[in-house]
Amino acid sequence: MSATASSGTASIGSKFSGAHRLLAFASLIALVLVFSLASPNFMQTSNIIAILQATSVNGVLAIAATLVIITGGIDLSVGTLMTFCAVIAGVVLTFWGMPLGLGVLAAILAGAASGTLSGTFVAKLKIPPFIATLGMMLILKGLSLVISGTRPIYFNGTPGFTQISQGSLIGTVIPGLPIPNGVLILFLVAIATSFILERTILGRFTFALGSNEEAVRLSGVNTDRWKIAVYALAGGICGIAGLLIASRLNSAQPALGQGYELDAIAAVVIGGTSLSGGRGTIIGTLIGALIISVLANGLRILSVAQEWQTVVTGSIIILAVYTDILRRRRL
Amino acid sequence: MNAVVVMKDIEKSFPGVRALHNAQLELRSGEVHALMGENGAGKSTMMKILAGIYRRDGGEILLDGKPVDINSPRQAQDLGIGIIHQELNLMPHLTAAQNMFIGREPRKAAGLLLDEGKLNGQAAEIFASMHLKLDPRTLVGGLTIARQQMVEIAKALSYRSRVLIMDEPTAALNDAEINELFAIIARLKAEGVGIVYISHKMDELKRIADRVTIMRDGEYIGTVPAETTPVEKIISMMVGRALTDERPDVPDHSNSEVVLEVRNLNRGATIRDVSFSVRKGEILGFAGLMGAGRTEVARAIFGADRRDGGDIFMHGKKVDIHMPQDAVRAGIGYLSEDRKHFGLATGMDVRNNVVLASLRRFTGPGGLLKEAAMHDVAVRYIDQLAIKTPSDKQEVRLLSGGNQQKIVIAKWLLRDCEVLIFDEPTRGIDVGAKNEIYKLLNALAQQGRAIIVISSELPEVLRLSHRIAVMCEGRLTGILSGGASQEEIMHLATLRGEGANNNNKQTKPAKGEAK
Repeated sequence: MSATASSGTASIGSKFSGAHRLLAFASLIALVLVFSLASPNFMQTSNIIAILQATSVNGVLAIAATLVIITGGIDLSVGTLMTFCAVIAGVVLTFWGMPLGLGVLAAILAGAASGTLSGTFVAKLKIPPFIATLGMMLILKGLSLVISGTRPIYFNGTPGFTQISQGSLIGTVIPGLPIPNGVLILFLVAIATSFILERTILGRFTFALGSNEEAVRLSGVNTDRWKIAVYALAGGICGIAGLLIASRLNSAQPALGQGYELDAIAAVVIGGTSLSGGRGTIIGTLIGALIISVLANGLRILSVAQEWQTVVTGSIIILAVYTDILRRRRL
Repeated sequence: MNAVVVMKDIEKSFPGVRALHNAQLELRSGEVHALMGENGAGKSTMMKILAGIYRRDGGEILLDGKPVDINSPRQAQDLGIGIIHQELNLMPHLTAAQNMFIGREPRKAAGLLLDEGKLNGQAAEIFASMHLKLDPRTLVGGLTIARQQMVEIAKALSYRSRVLIMDEPTAALNDAEINELFAIIARLKAEGVGIVYISHKMDELKRIADRVTIMRDGEYIGTVPAETTPVEKIISMMVGRALTDERPDVPDHSNSEVVLEVRNLNRGATIRDVSFSVRKGEILGFAGLMGAGRTEVARAIFGADRRDGGDIFMHGKKVDIHMPQDAVRAGIGYLSEDRKHFGLATGMDVRNNVVLASLRRFTGPGGLLKEAAMHDVAVRYIDQLAIKTPSDKQEVRLLSGGNQQKIVIAKWLLRDCEVLIFDEPTRGIDVGAKNEIYKLLNALAQQGRAIIVISSELPEVLRLSHRIAVMCEGRLTGILSGGASQEEIMHLATLRGEGANNNNKQTKPAKGEAK
C-alpha cells in the first residue's frame, strides 16, 4: 500500500465519520426549519428555552450512557439511578436538614457508588452489562421507593434548591438571555465529559476497551479497574441528572425514572455512537437528545397525538442506525 | 479409476497476497488423498475453493469430467462436496440431529411443524451406516471433540457427499478417537467416497492415504503414492527451498546471563511440565505442529491464561505472574499470533496503539494525556521501524499486515521489555515484509533483549533461532542447537511419547492421558 493511497482512504474515513455528525446536525436544523415554517409559535424564545430545558435531564443521562456504550457495554440503570440520587438528595436535605452543598455531593456520590457497583458486576463478575444494569435498574427502583416510603420528598425546606435547574445565572448577567441553569449544567457536563473522553487517560481507555478489550488487557493494562471507573463516572453524571430533575419538580418523585434509560440510549444512538463500542462523541449525543426534544415539542405544537410522536421517534432511531450501517459498509 | 474431482491451474489472490498459483488436484472416487504442505502453502484455501467458501480467480474445476462453477457452500453441498472444517461449525445448544439437518428439517402438518421424529430417524440411519453409536437427540455441546467431528461427518454424508474434505481432523483427537475416525474413513472409502485429507502428521499418511499431493507457497509440487514414497522425500518436497544457506551464524550465548527461566510449567493437558530458559541476546525458536501447545506456553508465561503449576524467574528472581499486567511489570511482552483480535485496537490510530501499553507514562496531573509527547514517540518509532503510514493519526486497520506487526513491536519496545515473545510474527505478511521483520528481530536480539519466536513455518524458525525448542502435544520434546536440520525438528515434533505408550496397550482407550 503506497502512502498516498492510504492517506486517501483515511481522509475518506474521517470525512464519513464527520459526515454522520453533520447528517445528525443537518437533520436537527431541518426539523427546526420545518417546525418553524409550520407554526409561528415554534421559534418563540420561550419555546426554544422550553425545548432546551426539556433536553437537560435526558441530555445529561444520555452523556452518562454514552460513556458506558463506548466501552462496548450498556447501562439500563441510568433512569432509576437518577431517581435514586434525587431521593438521596431528599434524604440528606429534607429529612436530615443538611446544607445544600452536602445534598448535591451526596447525590453525585450515590450515583458514583452505584456505578462502581455496576462496573464491578460487569468487570469482575463478568456479568453481561445488559443483565448487570437491568438488575441494578430494578434494585435502584425498589430502593428509591423503600427509602422515600413511596412518597415524594419535597425540598421546601432548602431554599435555592429549585435554582439548580430553574434559576438563570446567564439571565442575571445578560438579561436578554434567560437560559435556565439546567441547560447551562447540561452544556458544562457535556464539555467536561468531552474533555475527559478526548484528553485524559480515562477517556482513552474508554475507547480502547470498546475497540478491543483483549488487546488492552494483553498490553498489561488492568482493564477491570478502568472499566469500573467508566461506570462510576457515568453513575456520578446520573447523580447530576437526579439533581436537575428534582430541582425542576422541587421534589424527588420515587416512582419516576424507568423509561428514561431508553430515551437516553435513543439519543446516544441517533448521535452516531456505535452500540458495539469503540466509537462515539458527546456532541453527537447532545444533538441526538436535541432531536428527540425538538420532535416531541414540534409535534405537540402541531397538535400531533402523543402516540404518533412515539412512532416518529422510533422510526428516527431505526433510520439513524441504518444510515450509520450504510456508512460503515462503504468503508 | 476415474477422477471425481479435477482442479486445474487454480489461481487465488487475497489483498496483498497471492494464495494460489497453478494449483492442481486430482481426486479419485474411493481414495484417501492427502494434501500436504507447510502452513501457508495454500491447502486450506484450495479446499475452501472446492467447498464454495472462496471463489477462484482462475482455473477450472471438473466434476465427473464436466466443468462446474461452485459459487456457494450450498452449491457445493448440492454437488455432493462436503467439508469438515478444522474449527467445527456446530451449534452446541442443539442436538446432533438438529445440527445435521439445520435448514433442511423434515416438516409435517402442511409444513407448519417440524417433524422431530423423522429428523431423529434420518440421523439415526446415517449414524448406523457409519457404525456410530450415538443418540441423535444428544446435545452437541456435551459431546467430546471427536464425537462432534463424527456429527460433522454425518452431516456431510446427509448431503450424499461423494467428496469429503477433512482439514486436520485429528488435531484434537487422542489415539483411540483417531482409530475410530480412521475406521469410519475406511468404510466411506469402501463405499466410493473420495476423501481429501489435510494433515501434518506423517504417521497418519502412511496409515490411511493412497496418494499424496504436495503444495508449497500456493503452488502444485507433485503427486506421489503414499505407501512407496519415503517420508524424507515428502518433507523435502514440502520444504523445497535451500534454506540452510540463509541460516545466520549462530552466536554463542552460553556465557550470557539467563534472563527468563521457566520451570515445570503445567496447564491441563495443553502444557505438560515445560521448562526452559532464554539468555540475554538470544533468540529461542519454538517449533511444533499445530496444537502442540506453543501459544499456550506463551500465554501462560504472560499471565493471559491461568496456569496449574510452574515457576517463572526473571534474572534468577521468582516473579509472581497472574495477569498480563504482572508480566509487563516484570518486563515480558507478548505479541499475539492474532494481531487483529488480541494485539491491536484496529479502530484506533497508530499513535494510540504505540502508547497503549505505556499510557501512564504519557499521563500528567488530573489524568490529562500528553498528546505532544505521544506524537513524538510515535513518530520516532515510525522512523525507526520504517512503518509505512501517512501519519501517526492513521487508523491501524488501514495499514498492511507487516506495518501492523511493526506497530505491535513498537508498542513493546516503548514498554522497554527485556523479554519479547513473538507468536507467529510473520503470519499474513508478504515475503518482502517478512525479511524486514526478521532483520528487526535480529537487531532486537543484538541490543540485548531475550527473544522467543513461536512459528509454524520451519524455515522461519531455522532462519531466526539461536536455539530451537520443539513441542509435541503439550510437552517439550527437545531443545536443538541453531544448526539443526528440518528432519531433526520434524522428528521431535512428532515424538508422541505418551501416544506411543498408548499404542502398546491398545486395549485401554487413551481417554485419561497418562501422567
